[in-house]
Amino acid sequence: MAVTAVARRPLSTRLGFRLESLGVLLLLGVVMAWLSPYFLSVSNFLNILLATATIGVLGIGASFVIGAAGLDLSLGSVLGLAGVVGASLVVKLELPWFVGLLGCLGAGAAAGFVNGLLVTRARLPAFIVTLGMLGIARGLALVIADGKTIYGLDPTLVYIGQGRPFGIPFPVIVFVGVALFTHYLLAYTRFGRHTLAIGDNETAARAMGIHVERHKLALYTLSGLTAGIAGLLFMARVNAGDPTAGLTYELTAITAAIIGGTNLFGGRASILGTFIGALIMGVLQNGLNLLAVQSFYQQMAIGAVLIFAVWLDQTARRRREA
Amino acid sequence: MSLLEIRDISKRFGSIEALAGVSFAVQAGEVVAVVGDNGAGKSTLMKVITGVYQPDAGEIRFRGEPITGLEPGAIRRRGIEMIYQDLALAPQQDVPSNIFLGREPVRRILGLFPVVDRRTIDREAHAMLQRLGARLPDIYAEVGTLSGGQQQSVAIARALTFDPKLVIMDEPTAALAVREVEHVLDLIRELRRQNIAVILISHRLTDVFAVSDRIVTLRQGRVISEERTAETDMQRIVAHIVGAA
Repeated sequence: MAVTAVARRPLSTRLGFRLESLGVLLLLGVVMAWLSPYFLSVSNFLNILLATATIGVLGIGASFVIGAAGLDLSLGSVLGLAGVVGASLVVKLELPWFVGLLGCLGAGAAAGFVNGLLVTRARLPAFIVTLGMLGIARGLALVIADGKTIYGLDPTLVYIGQGRPFGIPFPVIVFVGVALFTHYLLAYTRFGRHTLAIGDNETAARAMGIHVERHKLALYTLSGLTAGIAGLLFMARVNAGDPTAGLTYELTAITAAIIGGTNLFGGRASILGTFIGALIMGVLQNGLNLLAVQSFYQQMAIGAVLIFAVWLDQTARRRREA
Repeated sequence: MSLLEIRDISKRFGSIEALAGVSFAVQAGEVVAVVGDNGAGKSTLMKVITGVYQPDAGEIRFRGEPITGLEPGAIRRRGIEMIYQDLALAPQQDVPSNIFLGREPVRRILGLFPVVDRRTIDREAHAMLQRLGARLPDIYAEVGTLSGGQQQSVAIARALTFDPKLVIMDEPTAALAVREVEHVLDLIRELRRQNIAVILISHRLTDVFAVSDRIVTLRQGRVISEERTAETDMQRIVAHIVGAA
């Protein structure tokens, strides 16, 4: 028998994402540049990234959970809760800025941890658990804030939302940093490989010795943490803890993940893909803004892009499998 | 000392007694067939051995050490591999990822960041498939796009990559074409030659008689008979299975 050499890994699996979504983004960019003279500029690109940062970070959390065939509907509410907790610590209790920062992250991670416990220990469906948390976190945010927006943050915290070191908006730096780290986590570590294996075939993952329950608990906590980071960014940008912040953001975040190639039923996800998915939506929104299209139409456009992206993906899959 | 000793294993699911005090042993390099009707407890017993289920009572010893209550990963590390009837593959991952699922080797970038060592995985997966004579169009294809026989090769390669001492096969020939069946039976003989023990679960008695050294019959969660293959015949085994003798 002839011993053949090991074939090289295809580029897309070496990078950990598929190239189609990048094509869609470029196509969209070309169309927008053609339609609007203001589109192609560094400041406009930074604007797009800034507008995408919060949703993008949430989308990363969504990608991990959906990649493992779970779901997190509480992302937007937890974002709101995290902001209110952080703002309360700094404004009402007059604690230093970093306590507020840790408060945002901690509140997010804690909410995610509770989601994870309920999914893995109480064995409830993720849809129900996180739908419940959507209500609980939002309600808790309103209770803590007494239904009012908490104004007047520490300037250091405001810098996280509004500062521009080297001209780059701080939230963009956070977004790119989080994306790079989580891309490494999902595409290159055992943690990431096991995440997708669980989403692909949970029974097999368990039989192969993967600690499925422990892993899921970590994933929901991670998802909550991304909501905490997004909550921090939102709070810092508007210089306030707003208990209604992030309303329905979970849907946009999930859309970004799906457009980026995450399989809604698990087993496939990529953070670079989600990054591009979030950018596609950001570019679309930005472009339609530049063209002065009413925001109602923008919502329709994003819905249409979601359906189109999934259709494109399904067609490509069917062709591969045929 | 036997390689694997199963002593008085019992397992209930609610009011159903799946295993009621099962005992038998497997020696190194021996092929033991476990036969029985649907619901006789074969698959449950195997899942107890691999740690997927915890038994209610009884003890399992492997190479002289108790392994009862260990989790599946720990039992795999001790040298027991199982090829599941449904193959237990992750359909959207590629072939090397499936072969190393749960046991990915890791290297460190800059001595700091652990990453899955894909180059090693790809090389060893490729080498193992070559050794098995498996023909796959593309090892980077999603496993779900491969044919049934090709998927079976991936599951077998996964079971043999980590130098097991005991391989459990649950209905390995049920979904295969005649030529592929012969291939699996040859593989079992080859394992025996390398002193690797095999527990073969099969409905196909021709296969059982072709390769096994001993036949253990289960009925309603109990061991009904345990005979050397050379000293029994198909009629007797069928009688044991259906409870006519």
